[in-house]
Amino acid sequence: MALPDDLRELYQQVILDHSRSPRNQGQLSADSCVHIHSDNPSCGDEIDLYICFNDDGSIYDIKFEGQGCAISQASTSMMTEKVKSISREELIQLIQDLQQTVLGQGEIQNPEALGELRLFESVQKFPQRIKCALLGWRGLESALSKNSLSRS
Amino acid sequence: MIDLSHLRADFPILHQQVNGQPLVYFDNAASSQKPRAVIDSLVHYYEHDNANVHRGLHALSNRATDAFESAREKLARFIGAASPEEVIFTRGTTESINLVANIWASEFLKPGDIILYTGMEHHSNLVPWQLAAKRSGASVQHIPVLEDGTLDLENINALLTEQVKLFTCVHVSNSLGTINPVKELCARARALGITTLIDGAQAVGHMPVNVQDIGCDFYVFSGHKMCAPTGIGGLYGRAEVLAKMPPWHGGGEMIDLVTLETSTYKAAPARFEAGTPDIAGVIGLGAAIDYLETIGIDRIHEHGAALTSYAMQRLTELPGIRILGPATGDRGSLTAFHLASAHPHDLVEFANTHGLALRGGHHCTQPLMKRFQIPGSSRASFYFYNTTAEIDRMMEILHRAVTFFS
Repeated sequence: MALPDDLRELYQQVILDHSRSPRNQGQLSADSCVHIHSDNPSCGDEIDLYICFNDDGSIYDIKFEGQGCAISQASTSMMTEKVKSISREELIQLIQDLQQTVLGQGEIQNPEALGELRLFESVQKFPQRIKCALLGWRGLESALSKNSLSRS
Repeated sequence: MIDLSHLRADFPILHQQVNGQPLVYFDNAASSQKPRAVIDSLVHYYEHDNANVHRGLHALSNRATDAFESAREKLARFIGAASPEEVIFTRGTTESINLVANIWASEFLKPGDIILYTGMEHHSNLVPWQLAAKRSGASVQHIPVLEDGTLDLENINALLTEQVKLFTCVHVSNSLGTINPVKELCARARALGITTLIDGAQAVGHMPVNVQDIGCDFYVFSGHKMCAPTGIGGLYGRAEVLAKMPPWHGGGEMIDLVTLETSTYKAAPARFEAGTPDIAGVIGLGAAIDYLETIGIDRIHEHGAALTSYAMQRLTELPGIRILGPATGDRGSLTAFHLASAHPHDLVEFANTHGLALRGGHHCTQPLMKRFQIPGSSRASFYFYNTTAEIDRMMEILHRAVTFFS
């Protein structure tokens, strides 16, 4: 009984590795930090994101806590490794490119910036897992708009 | 274990491959499969007898009415109701509960009253009561669940008091498999004049059920979990209780006389069945009962218990497994478990790619998952057409999943 190819693509080694040992775990409590809670009520997956922004809107530090399936936890863990020290514009582009990767829609503007995140294109074959792959990223989007609002 | 594997031939859907593997369908607690006899009864109805019931004076309407009402008689006998008039057709368990939580509750619940349910109810037996409490000014309380998945009845006298107006309890838990002592609980409630509702979604068609023996006022269930089509189910109400309830939906069929100013209503069950019912569904439910009775409900129960016991014994092979619900004793034909190495959704995804249909998640019992401090669980639920060979196949797949995710 060989493992189906689709399954191997969905749960690539790097994804399994991040789900078993998520990076950037924890909380950030500085006043300037934004805390966003995201969940999928239908499956119970939860992500708490803690993000500190620089004055220019780029991310200075990011941590998360969460529980849920391998896809939601790995996707968020990999996200935390990508978003530090890039400009706000690059960040917005990255979020958009990741969403298009997962949904299989539109053109990816900056494939190099995505790097290993391109693995999540395998989620296209598992439509019921799209919301898992995007859970942390939706939280990041909310954090960005919360941060801009607090500055405007 | 009794061998019922010859019955698999009656279920066309079971003989297929999913993702290149033979289907193993272990999601029966969510919905059962349908035998050819039930599918044929629907086709026969639409090809030969289709007409509205209780209205026509022509041959087709008479045939449809006969088939419809004979299904009611079968169902009444099947659940041990005193008469067919105590059986109301609904869309299923959820609608049955909502009927009582709206109509009975609107008449009898007052501010300060208590609705008592348990910590292992399905959302469909929690939310309608929470809504009813909000409307009436009553409050909700619950009987807690012990670590072993049974009800904590130590303080039952403090919970089941005269202030309680309605007590409701699931007969067989869809997440734990626990079979609750509903007869004893209803006797206690009745002694205090409390109205009772038992949620039999996982019981009817799976084990012998006799509503008069249980002694409840209401008993609710769904057809689709017992080989009948989706969208049809029932509400048993004791005649005396139904007689005191106002109508639910207004419309055709539920009236005696209508004027432009006011109307008078029929007695139960017609009073609660406004409009054209799901005639085909009712006929399919009747065919399902016929089918189940040819097998024998005792044999179905025995087979389910043996499969569950075998599955639970084999599941302990998996490292880091936590099996929910009672470890011993009589159980519903399902077992839910949590694996340290794989989240339920990853496990169910893995199983699906191997042709195995499991359920993963909170099973519409979020408070119960919180109680056991798990995000969700994976569940294998069986029916009489399942086999130990399929459980062996499940174990082969789960072992692989544990290796894969660890």
